[in-house]
Amino acid sequence: MADSRAPVAQYSGDPDEFVRVSDLVKIFGDTVAVRSVSLSVRRNELFALLGSSGCGKSTLLRMLAGFEQATSGRILLDGEDITDVPPYRRPVNMMFQSYALFPHMSVAANVAFGLRQEGVARAEIHDRVFEALDLVQMAQYSRRRPHQLSGGQQQRVALARSLVKRPKLLLLDEPMSALDKQIRQKTQIELSRILDQVGVTCIMVTHDQEEAMTMADRLAVMTEGQIVQHGTPREVYDFPASRFVAGFIGSANLFTGTIVVDEPDHVAIESEDLPRPLFVNHGVSEPLGREVHVSIRPERLHVGRGQPAGEHNWARGLVSHVAWLGSHALYQIRLDSGKTVEASVPSLALSQDDAPGMDDEVYVSWRPDSPTVLVS
Amino acid sequence: MKAVRARLPAPRLLAVAPPYAWLALVLLVPFLLVVKISFSDLQFGVPPYTPLAELQDEALSLTLHLRGYALLLTDSLYAATYVNSLKMAAVTTLCCVLAGYPIAYYIARSAPSVRGLLLLGVILPFWTSLLLRVYAWVGILRNDGLLNNLLMGLGLIDSPLEIYRTDLAVYIGMVYAYLPFFILPLYATLAKLDLRLLEAAYDLGARPWRAFLHVTLPLSRPGVVAGAMLVFIPAVGEFVIPEMLGGANTLMMGRVMWNEFFTNADWPMAASITVVMVLFLLVPLALFHRAQARQIAQQQEARP
Repeated sequence: MADSRAPVAQYSGDPDEFVRVSDLVKIFGDTVAVRSVSLSVRRNELFALLGSSGCGKSTLLRMLAGFEQATSGRILLDGEDITDVPPYRRPVNMMFQSYALFPHMSVAANVAFGLRQEGVARAEIHDRVFEALDLVQMAQYSRRRPHQLSGGQQQRVALARSLVKRPKLLLLDEPMSALDKQIRQKTQIELSRILDQVGVTCIMVTHDQEEAMTMADRLAVMTEGQIVQHGTPREVYDFPASRFVAGFIGSANLFTGTIVVDEPDHVAIESEDLPRPLFVNHGVSEPLGREVHVSIRPERLHVGRGQPAGEHNWARGLVSHVAWLGSHALYQIRLDSGKTVEASVPSLALSQDDAPGMDDEVYVSWRPDSPTVLVS
Repeated sequence: MKAVRARLPAPRLLAVAPPYAWLALVLLVPFLLVVKISFSDLQFGVPPYTPLAELQDEALSLTLHLRGYALLLTDSLYAATYVNSLKMAAVTTLCCVLAGYPIAYYIARSAPSVRGLLLLGVILPFWTSLLLRVYAWVGILRNDGLLNNLLMGLGLIDSPLEIYRTDLAVYIGMVYAYLPFFILPLYATLAKLDLRLLEAAYDLGARPWRAFLHVTLPLSRPGVVAGAMLVFIPAVGEFVIPEMLGGANTLMMGRVMWNEFFTNADWPMAASITVVMVLFLLVPLALFHRAQARQIAQQQEARP
């Protein structure tokens, strides 16, 4: 019966591959929540599924946990097909978004719950529960009830509960969303450290790109039930595959134009938004005259009062807004063409008295290796 | 400013005063009157009982008659009635728990679109008077009633089942009448239950029935307790159903009270039966209240 659900997932040959999802589809009634997702996660890696709400990332996670039946496609964990295995028989544990701690049980009983289902001996349960609670530094709270703990403490208990069974795969559903912003970043680093220490393969779902970039070894960007790009945070940030990814991971200044010069070592792109062509010092595989999009990250834009030399890669404009963020300042600059660009200038580069202010005339410029050419 | 506010009654007190005043007026005062009557003796006239205090020849005499209570203790009929009433209420409650839990669970888990309809089905009987509905049961359970005619027509039985005017008929009637009181509070508890807790249980390796046993059941306990109390307390004093469906030997407090009041016109006796019954009811009520209060206190315990 399982075979009728072809295509059969095949081992890719990557010796480190631990989780393989192939052509996974989930349809609810007449809504397609997940349309053909394939991905591969390596052993002991933290993999993040990043997307805005309704993109299908939570449905994908719920299929990995076994709470939703896949409409078609296969999930392989450590070489074993778990697509049709019920959640209580999967070597997969999940840390829920709201933690889902049992309110009528103590912290220790919450952590012990999973082991009790396995019929582990009492003495061993006790040892493993305290081992897990020690790991998250919650052993002294073992007799408390969940509602007597702070949000951060509840999260640690939830983590201990999901790790105590030593799952092959740990799922994290928006792990930080229930925490205050102040403690989020500290917790992200702490959580990564614990997961590293335990050595467990993780798939995390989040809508927060900073969280994904802080914690994940690799990430996949999802929209409309599909993965549009995956790679390390750095790869995805530096080489976004589409305007959507460029705008979703970090912010981007986007220009639309046509290729006017295409040489192996450079291209020139003319855009209505810019007074002179964009010069990019790497080739593209697109034909002349083709409409393309160019993304330039705000921190790649240089803001200065003097007119840059050369005939490429600069534009004149007026400062329309400045946001001082401490480590850097965000400039909104309205170019002569009417297009507004965003530039992030490090505080160190801004001298106290000469920093451009509101309505000042400035020149923005960028290096030829800064733009990324996108075709979609 | 603070000192002035401290001398004024707290706003909370103002808010809770009216309901307490109302309860005192309609519950406490009548009950005290009943207590007073229970310590008087029978006499002919209006009212049909002796006054408690009498001023005669400049002497105030206070007479406490204990005839009612003495009779309660000496006549085994009354003790048997109390025990039987408690037993019948307990069995009714148990049946309501066993039948009502699956119904409440099913309604709480059904799609929101049909949930309203199912709940309406539970409440629908209330649109007809209880008296009519019990009469309908008379029609169903009688020897020549609907049930017996149907079973005999199908050839399942040869002679009619003797249900009408037995304890069984009373149980059927009481479970029927009180089931909604058990289902509604339990439904409210089950509907509030966070389904992610069940998913967490499955995720941690619990099969569905173990998840039910260790998560759903303990978390629905407040609903079960509340529903069981709502069934048990009125069932102990039930009058209409045992009177209409029960046999002559179906002993229940409600019937005995009725007899004392209206057949024997023995108000003091009826009043002492009532006082003892209320005490029998107040004990479980108080226990229930304490359990609830403890639970709420546990949930609201200060954070560390």
